[in-house]
Amino acid sequence: MSAAKSRVIPGFAPTLGVTILYLSLVVLVPLSALFLKTAGMGWDDFVTAAFSPRVMAAYRLSFGGALAAGVINLFAGLLVAWVLVRYDFPGRKILDALVDLPFALPTAVAGIALTTIYGPKGIIGEPLLKLGIKVAYTPLGVLVAMTFIGLPFVVRTVQPVLQDLEAEHEEAATSLGATRIQIFLRVIIPAILPALLTGFALAFSRAVGEYGSVIFIAGNMPGLSEIAPLLIVTKLEQYDYRGATAIATVMLSASFLLLLTINSLQKWRRKRFAGE
Amino acid sequence: MRLSIRFVSAALAGLLLAGPALADTTLLNVSYDPTRELYQDYNTAFAKYWKAKTGETVKVNQSHGGSGAQARSVIDGSPADVVTLGLAYDVDAISEKAGLIPADWANRLPYASTPYTSTIVFLVRKGNPKHVKDWDDLIKPGVSVITPNPKTSGGARWNYLAAYGYALNKYNKDEGKAKDFLISLFKNVPVLDSGARGATTTFVQRGLGDVLLAWENEAILAVNELGKDQFEIVVPSLSILAEPPVSVVDKNVDKHGTRVVAEEYLKYLYSPEGQEIAARNHYRPRDIDVAKKHASEFPAVSLFTIQALGGWQTAQKTHFADGGLFDSVIGAAKQ
Repeated sequence: MSAAKSRVIPGFAPTLGVTILYLSLVVLVPLSALFLKTAGMGWDDFVTAAFSPRVMAAYRLSFGGALAAGVINLFAGLLVAWVLVRYDFPGRKILDALVDLPFALPTAVAGIALTTIYGPKGIIGEPLLKLGIKVAYTPLGVLVAMTFIGLPFVVRTVQPVLQDLEAEHEEAATSLGATRIQIFLRVIIPAILPALLTGFALAFSRAVGEYGSVIFIAGNMPGLSEIAPLLIVTKLEQYDYRGATAIATVMLSASFLLLLTINSLQKWRRKRFAGE
Repeated sequence: MRLSIRFVSAALAGLLLAGPALADTTLLNVSYDPTRELYQDYNTAFAKYWKAKTGETVKVNQSHGGSGAQARSVIDGSPADVVTLGLAYDVDAISEKAGLIPADWANRLPYASTPYTSTIVFLVRKGNPKHVKDWDDLIKPGVSVITPNPKTSGGARWNYLAAYGYALNKYNKDEGKAKDFLISLFKNVPVLDSGARGATTTFVQRGLGDVLLAWENEAILAVNELGKDQFEIVVPSLSILAEPPVSVVDKNVDKHGTRVVAEEYLKYLYSPEGQEIAARNHYRPRDIDVAKKHASEFPAVSLFTIQALGGWQTAQKTHFADGGLFDSVIGAAKQ
């Protein structure tokens, strides 16, 4: 019997065909249209549209903010997932459901809600302002919104892995005389690291492209609190389709490279982990 | 199996035959954000008028959004029969980019195809604590002004040009001084929302700013909806005549066979009834009699038109294109 016949669901060829067709229609065709549109412009035009100082400042804010938000969620998300998996307490189910809210909330609603809370007259914004910390309408506000929308990604990718992690591993480590810190760093972290990285990558890429929830809290001051997606909208508003696609192309390429790096990191990690 | 196919096709045929009985004609009016209530009223009135005149039933569907985004949707193939947008520049774009409308569209209806107008006014907090009376008060230190980003909001372009026109007038057409005026003004702008409704939210809900620059119809709506005890309207000495244009989308109506009713739909906006509906929805009517009737709601103000600034194409290029005057104003203001 060949390997193909022993598969539970037969039909490698049709399923692969459908997969490729589906991916092409949903992902590849729109993206290649983007690149084609950009390819129509001269190199000089491309550089002016995609790398002017104002656009560079926006990239720094979008990518920097998304990275920072991703790192915050890496730690916060791990903690939340840990609490939800390892402890049983009243209201755990409700807490668990709360985690998904940033997924479900329309982004504009999230943006308006966050701006209300962190605004100069908001319940968190006002006390913070008295301490001299301005949140809404500053880059810090952008970070808050990006952190908000990214949290579920890390929690939801780490949670199932933590759940599957058997207590026997930790018991074995304890019986071999490992300290708590050693168990955490050398038993638990290696097992969940791939999931953590995936969650980080998802949260990061969502935050880079985020428009709706960030736009209300950002302040949108050129060179200061202006995110890259806003510049795309600005270009579209001038019917400058090419300029808009130029910025989009740069963002897409940068995100793709970053995600590729994270993926290869994971692969390398898995190999090493499996080899030990 | 065969039976079910026969059943389905019979049902489909039934639907097709029943269709025209429900509505003879459907029009799609692609409009911008603040006209939602205006066209709700107007569509009902027009359907009644059309029924009485021709015996036909007409249903008008509406679509609303930012003026520029709506124009782009028409360019990209939205089957609009008519467009009723925020500024002529956006209708020009449909004509230029997609060729759906002839270039001389504005000459087809009275007043360059702008059946109703508005102007830019100031919305201030009750009692006007900062004593804002005119544009000069907006550049005083300590006065905070809310206006959206003119690069992303059509409404904000009117705000910006109103301020610029005032400054040009004040400084005898000295463009350098007018630019300095704008720099001082934008120094007082703490947030640039991407759209007009966002700016209104910032001012009204967030409590940010002393003055909101807004279309008169939006300002009146805000005062009526949110309470006369909270806000009041200040009309400056000089402002811009905001003229939202309307046009039939020629290629689309010819394809749909709706030209006659679409043209009548726009023409009827100029009728006393259409003008009355516009006035009721806080747009300044063109019709003199209707305007007289509503004179108390629309205080007299000296107005200049976009033509005084060279028309939309020039204004767009000079002020709002990348590297234009607005970019250098905001750059200087934020230093």
